[in-house]
Amino acid sequence: MAEYKLLGKDYSTPDMYAKVTGRSRYAEDHRAEGMVFVKLLVSPMPHARVRSLDTSAAEALPGVEGILTADDLPEGNEPNEAALTMEPRYEGEPIVAVAAVDEETAASAVELIRIDLEPLPFVLDPLDSLRPDGPNARTDGNTMRGRELGEIKWTEADMAGLAPGEIPMEAEAGAEWAYGDLEAGFAEADTIVEEHSYHQSLSHQCLESRSTMAYWDGGKVYVYPSVQSTARSVGPMARFAGVEPADVVLINEFTGGGFGSKGSGYLQAQIPILLSKKIGKPVMMRVTRRDETSFGKARPGVQARIKLGMRRDGRITALDVHTIGDGGPYGRSGDHMNLGSIGSLAYQPVAMRLRGTGVYTNTPPRGAQRAPGGEQSMTMLSPIIQKAAKQLGLDQVEVLKINAPEGQAQFGAVGRTGQRSIVSSAFVKEAIDKGAELFNWSERVQRSGQRNGSTVTGIGVALSTFSAGASGVDGLFVIKPDGRMYIQSGVGPLGTGSTFDMMRPAAEGMDMPWEKCEVAWGDTSRHLPWSCSQGGSSTAHAHTRSNWAAVLDARQKLQEIAARDLGGSASDYEVGGERVYRRGNRSQGLSFARAAQRAIELGGRYDGHELPEDINGMTTASATALAGQGLMGVAKDNFEEGGRRMSFVAGFAEVEVDVETGTIRLVDYAAGCDAGTIIHPRNFGAQVFGGAIQGFSIALSQKWVYDRRWGLLVARKFYSNRPPGILDVPHEQPMRWVAADLPDPFNPLGAKGIGEAAQGAASGAVVNAIADALGQEDGDFFRTPVTRDMILTQLEQAPLGHDRLTPHV
Amino acid sequence: MAVIRDVIPQLELFQPTSADDALALLAAHGSDAWVYAGGLDTLDWFKDRVKRPRVVVDLGGVESLREIRSTGGGVELGAMARLTDVINHPDVRSQFPALAYAARSAASPQIRNQGTIGGNVSQDTRCWYYRDGWTCYRAGGNICYASPPTAMNREHCILGASRCVAVNPSDTAPVLVALEAEMVVRRGASERVVAAEDYFVGPEIDIERMTVLEPEDLLTAIRVPSTWAGARVYFEKVRDRDTWDFPLVNVATAIQDSGGTIQDARVVVNGVAPTPVRLTAVEDALRGQARNEQLAERAGNIAIQGVSPLTHNGFKVNLLKNLVKRSIRDEPMSV
Repeated sequence: MAEYKLLGKDYSTPDMYAKVTGRSRYAEDHRAEGMVFVKLLVSPMPHARVRSLDTSAAEALPGVEGILTADDLPEGNEPNEAALTMEPRYEGEPIVAVAAVDEETAASAVELIRIDLEPLPFVLDPLDSLRPDGPNARTDGNTMRGRELGEIKWTEADMAGLAPGEIPMEAEAGAEWAYGDLEAGFAEADTIVEEHSYHQSLSHQCLESRSTMAYWDGGKVYVYPSVQSTARSVGPMARFAGVEPADVVLINEFTGGGFGSKGSGYLQAQIPILLSKKIGKPVMMRVTRRDETSFGKARPGVQARIKLGMRRDGRITALDVHTIGDGGPYGRSGDHMNLGSIGSLAYQPVAMRLRGTGVYTNTPPRGAQRAPGGEQSMTMLSPIIQKAAKQLGLDQVEVLKINAPEGQAQFGAVGRTGQRSIVSSAFVKEAIDKGAELFNWSERVQRSGQRNGSTVTGIGVALSTFSAGASGVDGLFVIKPDGRMYIQSGVGPLGTGSTFDMMRPAAEGMDMPWEKCEVAWGDTSRHLPWSCSQGGSSTAHAHTRSNWAAVLDARQKLQEIAARDLGGSASDYEVGGERVYRRGNRSQGLSFARAAQRAIELGGRYDGHELPEDINGMTTASATALAGQGLMGVAKDNFEEGGRRMSFVAGFAEVEVDVETGTIRLVDYAAGCDAGTIIHPRNFGAQVFGGAIQGFSIALSQKWVYDRRWGLLVARKFYSNRPPGILDVPHEQPMRWVAADLPDPFNPLGAKGIGEAAQGAASGAVVNAIADALGQEDGDFFRTPVTRDMILTQLEQAPLGHDRLTPHV
Repeated sequence: MAVIRDVIPQLELFQPTSADDALALLAAHGSDAWVYAGGLDTLDWFKDRVKRPRVVVDLGGVESLREIRSTGGGVELGAMARLTDVINHPDVRSQFPALAYAARSAASPQIRNQGTIGGNVSQDTRCWYYRDGWTCYRAGGNICYASPPTAMNREHCILGASRCVAVNPSDTAPVLVALEAEMVVRRGASERVVAAEDYFVGPEIDIERMTVLEPEDLLTAIRVPSTWAGARVYFEKVRDRDTWDFPLVNVATAIQDSGGTIQDARVVVNGVAPTPVRLTAVEDALRGQARNEQLAERAGNIAIQGVSPLTHNGFKVNLLKNLVKRSIRDEPMSV
């Protein structure tokens, strides 16, 4: 394995001091001359039509600067949401925005608005909408049929013989794919498990909400949002503002979490942007926790019927899945279909069929959340696999290994080319083995079912996988005559550290001490390059590639300069120790500082006056602005691709379940990872553990609760929604991780991302550990979160008050 | 009027530095005034614009109310003593470890650094309908939104409902009732002392409040007598997560025994009814008996006599039974 000076080493990221001292400025910390504040009138009903709206009294209130309604917005784009609407399709959907000199005045003005709403039928449970004559969440349909809004209703014949809360396996589905011979797979199986399963919807619960400030100056719009991606948010902001991307300045140096909900901007930023344009003053919109829960996106819940066949040796011979995705009222979520692709990768079933329908409901709009569909896949499939393995008396770890993908494994549907997708690499068995060793699986598993007083021990393992890299973006840096290296990062500062971590490969490649590197980030006026989305665990792979491409460019330029000044050909020179020098003779060469000066003198491509043609326009603009300042490394990543980059995590959990109180205590968690070369171990661990903590709350606590009669969310506070906190993490011994640390062959440094895959391994392992503790009769829940009431009622065989698939209880 | 659940509305804020001044302000403003202690209950109400008092009397500057004093084997807790200070006070820990343990099981470390013992016992219910501004009985309306079959009531009453099915969420209240604490309530120059057991008001008496406190009243201190000092007091709380959660059910059981026989017992549960509930039938069954597994089992069964669960909270019956059983069978946990 390659020896690196920077990669694989811990260091403190440049934003850390500001964060721990409270000097970091988040969206709502910004101020501008004459700034006013926005408050929102939101829908109090799950689905309604505004019959009349009178804002005159609000506008007459002293201090009110202006209002924005749906009339002020550009034409909508169904089935997507608009920033303001006259037909709200979920409780909390914004209808009117009011700007005033302060928030108190704005809120008082909102109360003066006279609004008359006509209630419309609403849907909370996708299954209600699919039933014959069931209501639709939208007046124009309940699902997308291809590219059109349409309707799917199951027939009376489909429903015949089914109990409430059951899914007909063969009823019409919105989409379907299959490979292999499913029938033969089930025939070959030695055991078949068939279950209904429910996965809850989840708010992202980022600690920072999507507050946004905006103003217009000199034809440009200045936006201060809370987004994940920097470069990738410019385009959407430009669309919201109705300007060209070049006329957007985006300032966002710190973001308090995104988890997919703030990927590349968000529609609500349009409110301050357009209000500011309308009234000619800077507008700040501070978004409350309540509003963030309403319109800050959420993970789609999934209801499924799953049938799995397993051979005596543990091999999964057939997997048949029918999923219903809870899509909220807008857009088109693919989580319920992604669930199948990810399952097919993790377990490589010999034959598989996936049928799925995304159904609109009058609940918050859905979007990507950490491993969208992938986490649901692992959380829902893991206990089914465990059940089958237990029926056959097999070791759970061995079952995961026998089904594990290897190398450039295939997955998902057969594509248009007649081929299935492949991955760039998979070292899954290595990751499982290392994790099992770290967790001491073979000994720990002996404790399964041991009772101590009223508590029972359970041991669980689960595998997860998800996307781990993009490609084709640009790298950009300048070595200046001061001898320092200025690396431009268009990656977003959402808290993962990759804004900086993924710039380290540029320093590594140039053999520059990190202390002599400066990273420009978080402000597009600082000339940032086109970057990948800061989401989907894309950056580790994408920006090791892009920065390595820029490194190769800069090295070539340095060698050429040296040859020009010192004689010989470029290939006679090499780069290291902040110098370019003749091979074998370090003293004959130029320092980087001197070479940078020479690059400016030479101009052309050396200092950025001539640029590669294949880089993105944003990079061209930024590089042009930086031209003439030193030796520029600038290039597009054109490295070879070997398939979809996917990372893998095997999660191992021990729980203690108290059968008298239903309390589940998480005793220990460890993870074994395959995520290529590790760039920054401390941040890698933070992703593994952070993902695990979110996984714990999926397994154990976080959920919405909706009143069924009124269609309103009643568990909307932090404490009632129950996202995870640090006190819910195992604390007797720290969580641990280990990695296969084997490089991905299709990345110059072998890197892949880790954040996405980290979650489902933990939720799956915990759910499995609970079932392991209680045994099949009492411990099979096939529903998350597994809460105290579920355990107690199941143990006492008492009624729970709802079906297994009922959402939001 | 359109509804917005954001931004604290205008109010007049008073920040007295003595209890006398606070009482004078409460007397002057009567039912217009709101007593603000740690703010953990209050600010939620204000920010949602559900409760909109004209006047707020902030007790944060009344240092004398924060004192914790020893009282000959007992302790007197100033109503404004922070939960963290209660937990860390040496006399509380040595004489009434269950009180320290219960206080520590409330909320989160940050909230306990700000939240007060007076606030913890006097806090309003957490019924999500009521707190979100639904105009229910408790909010002066004429319906309970939490009890219909379509309602979400997993965290509501199984005992003592009377139109309203909300529960008292306090973790320290059941311990204080078990310890026969007394609540010192002042109004103007007069002072009255109310047994903790009688401090809490159910909906059958007044559906719009949780305690005996009326406008102009101020809870100034909580006296824990020496009666149960050093006794075996068991507290346990079951909640959904460890990071800030209210009890699904909690139990406080105080037992005096002599020669293996229970001389006296007080068994109090919370999270199951609109007030903390003293289970006197269980107490009667314990007196004169030897503390053992069978007795614990029997106590659990007696505890659930007369329960009436709602659609989603049947599990609380088993939880109540098991917690009462454990409180007699198991050794007390401590901070």
